[in-house]
Amino acid sequence: MTSYYLHFSVEEQHDHEESPLSGQPDQVKSEDTQQQIIRETFHLVSKRDENVCNFLEGGLLIGGSDNKLIYRHYATLYFVFCVDSSESELGILDLIQVFVETLDKCFENVCELDLIFHVDKVHNILAEMVMGGMVLETNMNEIVTQIDAQNKLEKSEAGLAGAPARAVSAVKNMNLPEIPRNINIGDISIKVPNLPTFK
Amino acid sequence: MALKMVKGSIDRMFDKNLQDLVRGIRNHKEDEAKYISQCIDEIKQELKQDNIAVKANAVCKLTYLQMLGYDISWAAFNIIEVMSASKFTFKRIGYLAASQCFHEGTDVIMLTTNQIRKDLSSPNQYDTGVALTGLSCFVTPDLARDLANDIMTLMSHTKPYIRKKAVLIMYKVFLKYPESLRPAFPRLKEKLEDPDPGVQSAAVNVICELARRNPKNYLSLAPLFFKLMTSSTNNWVLIKIIKLFGALTPLEPRLGKKLIEPLTNLIHSHSQHRDLTGICASVSVLISLSSGMPNHSASIQLCVQKLRILIEDSDQNLKYLGLLAMSKILKTHPKSVQSHKDLILQCLDDKDESIRLRALDLLYGMVSKKNLMEIVKKLMIHVDKAEGTTYRDELLTKIIDICSQSNYQYITNFEWYISILVELTRLEGTRHGHLIAAQMLDVAIRVKAIRRFAVSQMAMLLDNAHLIASNAQRNGICEVLYAAAWICGEFSEHLEEANQTLEAMLRPKVTTLPGHIQAVYVQNMVKLYASILQQKEQAGEKEAAQEITQLMIERLPQFVQSADLEVQERASCILQLIKYIQKLQIKEVPVAEEVIALFAGELNPVAPKAQKKVPVPEGLDLDAWINEPPSDSESEDEKPKTIFHEEEQRHSRHRQPEIDEEELARRREARKQEQANNPFYIKSSPSPQKRYQDTPGVEHIPVVQIDLSVPLKVPGMPMSDQYVKLEEERRHKQKLEKDKKKKKQKKEKRGKHHRHNSLHTESEEDIAPAHHVDIITEEMPENALPSDEDDKDPNDPYKALDIDLDKPLADSEKLPVQRHRNVETLKSPDSEVPLVEKKSKKPKKKEKKHKDKERDKGKKKEKEKKVVEEEEEEKKVILQDLHYFSSCCYLLLSLVCCLGTVQTAESIPITSFLNLTYDIQGNLQNDSQVTVSVIFENKSTSFLKSMELNVLDSLNTKMLRPEGSSVHDGIPVPFQLPPGISNEAQFVFTLQSIVMAQKLKGTLSFIVKNDEGSTHEKLDFKLHFSCASYLITTPCYSDAFAKLLESGDLHMSSIKVDGISISFQHLLAKICFHHHFSVVERVDSCASMYSRSIQGHHVCLLVKKGENSVSIDGKCNDSTLLSNLLDEMKETLSKC
Repeated sequence: MTSYYLHFSVEEQHDHEESPLSGQPDQVKSEDTQQQIIRETFHLVSKRDENVCNFLEGGLLIGGSDNKLIYRHYATLYFVFCVDSSESELGILDLIQVFVETLDKCFENVCELDLIFHVDKVHNILAEMVMGGMVLETNMNEIVTQIDAQNKLEKSEAGLAGAPARAVSAVKNMNLPEIPRNINIGDISIKVPNLPTFK
Repeated sequence: MALKMVKGSIDRMFDKNLQDLVRGIRNHKEDEAKYISQCIDEIKQELKQDNIAVKANAVCKLTYLQMLGYDISWAAFNIIEVMSASKFTFKRIGYLAASQCFHEGTDVIMLTTNQIRKDLSSPNQYDTGVALTGLSCFVTPDLARDLANDIMTLMSHTKPYIRKKAVLIMYKVFLKYPESLRPAFPRLKEKLEDPDPGVQSAAVNVICELARRNPKNYLSLAPLFFKLMTSSTNNWVLIKIIKLFGALTPLEPRLGKKLIEPLTNLIHSHSQHRDLTGICASVSVLISLSSGMPNHSASIQLCVQKLRILIEDSDQNLKYLGLLAMSKILKTHPKSVQSHKDLILQCLDDKDESIRLRALDLLYGMVSKKNLMEIVKKLMIHVDKAEGTTYRDELLTKIIDICSQSNYQYITNFEWYISILVELTRLEGTRHGHLIAAQMLDVAIRVKAIRRFAVSQMAMLLDNAHLIASNAQRNGICEVLYAAAWICGEFSEHLEEANQTLEAMLRPKVTTLPGHIQAVYVQNMVKLYASILQQKEQAGEKEAAQEITQLMIERLPQFVQSADLEVQERASCILQLIKYIQKLQIKEVPVAEEVIALFAGELNPVAPKAQKKVPVPEGLDLDAWINEPPSDSESEDEKPKTIFHEEEQRHSRHRQPEIDEEELARRREARKQEQANNPFYIKSSPSPQKRYQDTPGVEHIPVVQIDLSVPLKVPGMPMSDQYVKLEEERRHKQKLEKDKKKKKQKKEKRGKHHRHNSLHTESEEDIAPAHHVDIITEEMPENALPSDEDDKDPNDPYKALDIDLDKPLADSEKLPVQRHRNVETLKSPDSEVPLVEKKSKKPKKKEKKHKDKERDKGKKKEKEKKVVEEEEEEKKVILQDLHYFSSCCYLLLSLVCCLGTVQTAESIPITSFLNLTYDIQGNLQNDSQVTVSVIFENKSTSFLKSMELNVLDSLNTKMLRPEGSSVHDGIPVPFQLPPGISNEAQFVFTLQSIVMAQKLKGTLSFIVKNDEGSTHEKLDFKLHFSCASYLITTPCYSDAFAKLLESGDLHMSSIKVDGISISFQHLLAKICFHHHFSVVERVDSCASMYSRSIQGHHVCLLVKKGENSVSIDGKCNDSTLLSNLLDEMKETLSKC
């Protein structure tokens, strides 16, 4: 499925895309094509109505008819995966749900700004789920356990030396009245009624 | 100094981190680019510092900038620096950046090999994990080759977290380094039964992905997957397996039969409780069912029924998936889908584009002669309504696909089709102008009866060219003018108002069209001119003829000035020609015949692959130079690329205007003769339909009854609708007539009218085409090869993975183990000499187990000797490496894993008939089972059959027999042995305790059959289960090893063996090899080693070498096991 992912936010529209891109591994994608793909994907996804299906075909940029876009829309965010025909469509929809729920757990009530400011962390979480374009783990508890263990390891490495840096960063964040905590994704824990969990 | 460091770290706090960068970018919306370039300058400064934390922070920010679309490849080296940091925090940042920006072209990537190898063998599982994740994104063929063996080792790592990642990344390795597939496959297969569900699912994932591309190589795994399918509770795995079966069933029909019951049950059970799980699974089941079962109408019926329910569902996702599955069924069972046409047409009106596209896809398979017009009409309405070019383009291609499928099988009225094509040209901004153009050309060339109509339509198009070509540069539709110009020129005899068309082609606006179209214009206006000239001359209107010449001379210069070479060249050529004609006209010489002769002859459609399909005659070397290659300067004046399709054929045309008709006919005859005798000439096939071109005369064109009710051609008016009405009336009339006829004369058949090459279904036979059309099939060379192999893309990356996996591994097929380059040059006496000694002492009776099952007796020994030698060779290299780089203990680990497939085997006494060699292997998955593989080698000249192996069970060790058989029954060996053949069988034994070695008595009974008759024979043997055979080589890291030793719950024991003369390296290798240990750490002449029993006992050894002796201290959870192991070791060592 994926050869690499990129991560993007269009603030004007308050949209956010997470797009593991489908992989012709031999195809070198320059930064320009990458941006073009994101723009086109955003263009395609953002004009879709609420009550349509979550699958999108077409778009030459994403690599031919074998590939399709599968997306989910949460409040101001779009999560878009690009997969080939070896993946089950509903399975990927569920994977997105697992991803969002995992983000919610790891960031404690995730909001859009968390994702914008902590792109690296989002990447690390995604890396526990999808590796080199293939689905690695779908069990949320397992993912969260591994992420927690890695964070712990990171903290222990920082040790005393990390303390002042953390303090400074805390101070920096305090000066940030504009971080509105209230754009939480309201319906994140509400599953779409006819799409129960896929385990 | 210390102060400086403190200061450095305080400064660092106020460095911009990622959050600051993001915040900054958000605050500088107006001058974002400027702000970012400032930041990049800062980052460059930070990268220059020595502090790794600063660097990591900089790289972290770069990763974010890369995401925004900035090129960060200049920092590749710094990224590698951060990757090699010792702290996990920084390492992770480095690998993340690498996975985002490294690709195959990154040149510094080769510097990472050793770093990645080090991280892969790191004691910290997250270091390994992060390296694997990163590697999966940027693995190159070189990295794959160098690291394949390390990754394979990790596939049996103790932590499932690492195992699953290692298994998954193997797919990427296979893609980049296909040679690794065969050596790694057995272990991959093993992982299908891993106790950890994550690892299992990763293995299923990889194998499914492999099998999707080359299913036939994985047929042998079907039983295993069948087992997994019935036992697995993980839906991810289940769906993957079902998809895999979907690919396998077409290859093995028996599999389909076996699957049908469980799958049907699955569908039934899931449709009862309508949950996502069930529907998801059942959809996959349906898809795989449909592709697999050729003749199972009941199940297909069930599928289609269930799919209908899905499509009718209000949930758009299910609707989409239902249509998707339907299209898969359509490929194999078009009939069963056709009955749901109503539903699919309904979906065309859906508000969701994805669903409409799916429905469109299905339409392709549902058209028939009866409903084609109706369906296309519906589509045309959609084309008008459609918003967004993507969907409209899709509609356009679909219309063309539907109409042109299987050689225009479903088209009954080509006039209708041409008018559809003309209507499509009114689409603005479509990318598919060339598609429409190609269809126009194809139809006009191949359907002779339609030419008159086509020409009139094309003339209209040319007349309205300004509408089409309004913004030529970005409008793909102007391509149709290419076709229009060519058709009008080539078939100008059908043109009614040629003058007007010629003028339309000479308009100044034409020069704004793309070059290749102008070139066609120029060429074809001459054709038109020629036919007008002829007309006028025949009518005796000399002035009109001169007028037209004057017009040409006036207007052509605008093309001579064209920037396009092709246009310029043709135009100036033609201008001169026409000036010459003008001179002749002034002298009142009739020229028309000669000008017409320029374009005599007819063009035939040639199949696109015709050239490729001509076999190269023997003895012809296409790569050889005919003449010596010209010098560089000459080769540069190549022609521009704009060459239109027909040029090839045009070469054979006569260009001299001087020759008269008679001469022309004579030459044509002569050429035909010559061609007939020339074996290399691609002849037209002798089928009657195609013979017309030999005699280009009017009498061979079928007479067309042009229906006078054809509507007037008003430009820009949609006309196809009228055809639909007309067609309906016509059909009705036909039916009435037919009914009458039927009454009169039932036997009369209408088969005559049937078009060449078309297939008719019963119901469609009623509809006769409106015109008697003759579709010319495309020409193919006579001796064309029927193969379609050229359809495959030779660059397909998956093609390289088409590897037979069932063939036993050959000796040479091993993953490359890292060796040190200077091994050969460093020849130290203490590593060289003992090896020679060992080789001479090597007991010959030991035989190596070998997987090659079928070879003859003579070769076997030789081959095995070679294997032994090769192993020695390999050991030698590794031992030398060890000597010089004793810290690289992972080398030996990988060696041991590499050798794992070739384990020590012991021979059972030889009789005159049979030689048995066996090997005992533990199984990590089951702590109370070992597998004994026995190689039976028939050494006699007789045929051995009905072999039955029986073992006298002890209390502790029992042979696993099929259920229901008593302990005294033997197990039949599943094969017979012709003379000189050997084969391998496996027997499973269950054990309770593994702390003691055991010997079991056994008998093998068999029947010897030769020319004199058959005798019953018996062979007694003993199986020796040594304690070492319960051990499994397991890698262990030094810190884990230290912890183990500190834990204090291990018993200790030690031995000492005197009179050891071999080198220490050699000694370690022996312990590793015979007793399944691996080296943990080695310092000088002291080494720690580790192994694990199948029941989870840890065994740790400390081996110390003295002058002439070796002392081994062992620690183990079980003291009996330890003392037995040490005894065995003592025995091995004392032989040295």
